[in-house]
Amino acid sequence: MTRRDYTAVIFLTLVAMFLIFGALLMRPFGTPEEDAMDQYIIDNTQQETGANNGVTAVVFDYRGFDTLGEATVLFTAVAGVIMIFRRLKK
Amino acid sequence: MIGMSKIVKTIANISFPLVIIYGLYVIAHGHLTPGGGFQGGAVVASGCVLILVAHGSSWIFTKIKESHLSILESLGALGFISLALGGIFTGTMFFTNFLKGTNFLFGTIPTSGAANINTGGTIPLMNFAVGLKVIAGLFVIVLVMAYATSQKQEEEA
Repeated sequence: MTRRDYTAVIFLTLVAMFLIFGALLMRPFGTPEEDAMDQYIIDNTQQETGANNGVTAVVFDYRGFDTLGEATVLFTAVAGVIMIFRRLKK
Repeated sequence: MIGMSKIVKTIANISFPLVIIYGLYVIAHGHLTPGGGFQGGAVVASGCVLILVAHGSSWIFTKIKESHLSILESLGALGFISLALGGIFTGTMFFTNFLKGTNFLFGTIPTSGAANINTGGTIPLMNFAVGLKVIAGLFVIVLVMAYATSQKQEEEA
């Protein structure tokens, strides 16, 4: 084995150990450390926003500013693609 | 012949309306069932891309130009921002749900359990705006890329 192979084995072991310890330290599914915000949204979404779908209520009402940023990202992507490919087609 | 074979074109023409209807359903019911403007817009754009792949981009370009789709996308963005600004003009903050609780469009508040479609305040309207934006945006990306590369192949051949 060359020196490069040893390096690869060492790094692979380190990454595998990192992933295994991370998986062992995970908390059980469905039990977040802090659930006050989740419970607030589950309890009050229907009255505060009028929408039954909690995810859409968060995306378009509680965190609407974040959705504006997402829409801006899409707009910038479209503008960039049109700007690049308009050159290619005469 | 432009595009793929007659079998592919026929199947694409049959399945295109079903995909479009399903995507519009996901957009329109975004405040009640899982989904919303982004997801339904991606479904509708996939249906349009199916037609594009089956028939070829130069056939599509005889029907629609990418500038029209750009206008549609900008209209979606403007509608989204003006709905958000409506919260300021009605006296509170940016992105306030100003239609909620009024007896106007989408104004009723559900009591509990299943709600009808006339709920949600500005959320359904924002879903429509974002859906329009995502449909036009994703479709124009694929359309412009396909057209540019197809011209290149014809020149090489």
